[in-house]
Amino acid sequence: MRDEHLILRVMMKVLFAPIILFAFYVQFHGDYGPGGGFQAGVIFAVAFILHGLIYGVGATRRALPQGALTAMMAVGVFLYAGTGAVTMLLGRNLLAYDALVPNSTHHAGQHYGILVVEFGVGMAVAATMLTIFYHFAGREPEIRDEDW
Amino acid sequence: MDPFQFIVERYNYWIFIVLMMIGLYTVIARGNLVKKIIGLNIFQTSVFIYYISIGKIAGGTAPIYLPGDMYRRMDHGEGHGGDGHGGDDHGGDGHGAEEVHGVEHGEEKSHGDAEALHAGDANASNALYAGGGEEAGHAPAADLHGGAANVASGEADHGGATQGGDAHGADAYGAAADFVEPIYSNPLPHVLILTAIVVGIATTAVGLALAVRIREAYGTIEEDELEDADNIAEFGVADPRERADAQSAPAGGGQAPQVSGTRGRGAKLAGDRLGERLGRGAGSENGGGAA
Amino acid sequence: MIIADQLPVLPIITPLALAPFTLLMPNGRAAHLWAMAVTGLSFLFCAMLLAQVAEVGVISYQLGDWAPPLGIEYRVDLANALVMLLISGVAALVAPFSYESIRTEIDDRQLPMFYTAFQICMLGLLGVVVTGDAFNVFVFLEISSLSTYALVALGGRLDRRALTASYNYLVMGTLGATFFVIGLGLIYQATGTLNMADIRAQLEGSPSNSMVEASFAFIVVGMGLKAAAFPMHLWMPNAYTYAPSAVSAFIAAASTKAAVYVLIRFTFTVFGTDFEFIQAMMTYILTTVALAGMFFGSLVAVFQSSVKRMLAYSSVGQIGYMLLGLSFGTEAGVQASLIHLFNHGLMKAALFMSVACVMLRLGVHDCAGFHGLTKRMPFTAAAFIFAGLSLIGVPLTVGFVSKWYLLQAAFEVGRAWAGFLIVASSLIAVVYVGRVVELILLRAPPEEGPLSADVNGEPVREAPLSMLIPMWLLVAANVYFGLRTDVTAGLAGRAASALVGGGQ
Repeated sequence: MRDEHLILRVMMKVLFAPIILFAFYVQFHGDYGPGGGFQAGVIFAVAFILHGLIYGVGATRRALPQGALTAMMAVGVFLYAGTGAVTMLLGRNLLAYDALVPNSTHHAGQHYGILVVEFGVGMAVAATMLTIFYHFAGREPEIRDEDW
Repeated sequence: MDPFQFIVERYNYWIFIVLMMIGLYTVIARGNLVKKIIGLNIFQTSVFIYYISIGKIAGGTAPIYLPGDMYRRMDHGEGHGGDGHGGDDHGGDGHGAEEVHGVEHGEEKSHGDAEALHAGDANASNALYAGGGEEAGHAPAADLHGGAANVASGEADHGGATQGGDAHGADAYGAAADFVEPIYSNPLPHVLILTAIVVGIATTAVGLALAVRIREAYGTIEEDELEDADNIAEFGVADPRERADAQSAPAGGGQAPQVSGTRGRGAKLAGDRLGERLGRGAGSENGGGAA
Repeated sequence: MIIADQLPVLPIITPLALAPFTLLMPNGRAAHLWAMAVTGLSFLFCAMLLAQVAEVGVISYQLGDWAPPLGIEYRVDLANALVMLLISGVAALVAPFSYESIRTEIDDRQLPMFYTAFQICMLGLLGVVVTGDAFNVFVFLEISSLSTYALVALGGRLDRRALTASYNYLVMGTLGATFFVIGLGLIYQATGTLNMADIRAQLEGSPSNSMVEASFAFIVVGMGLKAAAFPMHLWMPNAYTYAPSAVSAFIAAASTKAAVYVLIRFTFTVFGTDFEFIQAMMTYILTTVALAGMFFGSLVAVFQSSVKRMLAYSSVGQIGYMLLGLSFGTEAGVQASLIHLFNHGLMKAALFMSVACVMLRLGVHDCAGFHGLTKRMPFTAAAFIFAGLSLIGVPLTVGFVSKWYLLQAAFEVGRAWAGFLIVASSLIAVVYVGRVVELILLRAPPEEGPLSADVNGEPVREAPLSMLIPMWLLVAANVYFGLRTDVTAGLAGRAASALVGGGQ
């Protein structure tokens, strides 16, 4: 593996960071324009899936272990639901983000609220996509290559 | 009515129906579990297309807030994109309903009905929205009324996009007389379908995961082979109609013929504890590794 | 935060915020305790919600302070609150019940995931019931369905047929959900809104058109698939049979009920019975389907060798009763439907729980495991018999109450023949329940063979207390609500008059 696929491995290294950067762009652009947590999460996961395709799932698992993904999933969903709950604790209805920054003339609370929620969504989606990938790709191959 | 026109004018519905039928047919007729999932996907996609086509407004752009528009609004201190969006949502909403109806019903009688339904809708919703907005303290009422005017003028003057835009632009923003409000397609179906797409992805993932597990447990993903495998495990023969003697003791354990080996290597992954306890089937290699 | 103001959303948001942490639990025991706490909290909130609704009437809750019809509205009246109480109540009882049983049926490492899926499933079902937004129903429905597919598939460790059962459920369930979405699209196109109350306001008084009719047809078929109404029930027997026992107890009691509730809600609140085509559909199609289901389900149940499968087919029949009440289209009919919906949840949960106890000790859910059960597991056996009597509809149990109201409703609309058919199909229930009861009471426990000892080869003992107590609580509920008929019948009556008459 070390010496094979030189082009792929080099290209992978070149592409990895821009893909992640693009994911974050989509993530934090999502409250105003096209974009958002779901798409960003998928793009983020794509970077790691690409890594897994080229270096093998084992290497990707070492870089981003399943335990971390599980935590990301849980925390992501919690961020989503928790933001809503915070507005409830502040005495307003669920998801009434205005409560986050009261007395704002331009509804800054809506901004912060959707930002946090989308971040949670992005985390959960990225973790879920990667988990699906790990589990599909990481299963014991039942058909050995010789059987084909 | 001209049959050609009948088809062409409703082409989005025809695409929807054809895709839907292809999907349904695949789900029903194919025995391969993965192909069934693909059929299910086509079926769902047809519905997505249907939703998006009903949200389309002639001359409308994609429902993405244009930056110029956005900044102008912010200058006027009228809240951020989300608010304006709300108002526009509804504008597009009523719009979309009428637009499609117009095309759909044409000179048919139900046009009147649709019209009536729709008009009521626009009024009621606007009234409700304005009230709600004030109550929630979201935005100045003028802004909301701008949205309402948007709907009204859009309806009155269907074709003249620019003109209508001018009119309500002036209504809503007063000073910004040169401001042209773009017409958006109805964003609500898009939002709904984004949700449905996510649901569809989740369903596909679960379905494929199940297919993988079935492949591991049975060694096949062909539906009739799966059925045969189950019948062999339970009755000892592939076709239950042939199980003359096995059938005579449905609950009696221990009599069913042993058919070890027929279940293939998949059996090791899903040892059938019930079968074992009742002496049915083979599955003597104990299951437990199924994680 | 004032809890009373936030009650409609609390049963949803509590599991949504807390369930993910179940995934992070180090072992099954911790996940189990966490799930117990979360479902218990949800149940508490649902009970408070019901009390509040019974007192002050309909509650409308605006998510994000966006006013309906633009914003999503949670709209709780007595009908929702009653169904929510049932779902969360069964979940709160199954959660403590499940641990001993599920531990033997799935891999230990999967326990946290199991409890996560379980809570998410409950959350989805509660969401389906609480929401007043038509599209929101679809989203929550899929949340609950997806977790149910996973829960059913967990049975694959014991019996690989759980995998195919879950797969078939997935295909059918997705078809049903997509049909439902098509229906929503059509109604959205016709009215321009997705808020249930607003749809009604738009449709009110207007003549029907083909779009509204098609929409209703799609919604009925979609929900019929989810509810396993008679000709669309094919996914259900296998799913219930091969799912882990505790899962069967929960989904049998809760998941199809939510779909039936949606059917009632759309027929009466969203579309309204003023439309001719809806009346025609109820008279000619729903009645036929309901009656056919009652007999088909009960008859097939008689010939099943697996008790779980027998109960599953019996559920097909019982869904028929609910649809029959709905098909009368009267207040009394809907009341009977709602009462049976609630009561059937109680009895099916108790029955599946007793099968789970047998499954725990003997490792089978076949009739063979029930031989002489009174001598080996007396409390489990008694619970099965009591709940079985309730399923038949013996007086002093909830089953009797539902059948009684259903008969009354049938006679009230002048369909005496329907009343006779109800009684006749109940007699078939006597046969299939009686068959198992006979094995329990009169047969001797097997002396030899694999079933003479429990799964570990030791003498068969009674199920542990953590399972017996929830099961007996349900049995007690069966009797309690059978005696205090005024509670359910009163609530359901008020709910039905609000649904049908439009009055609050």
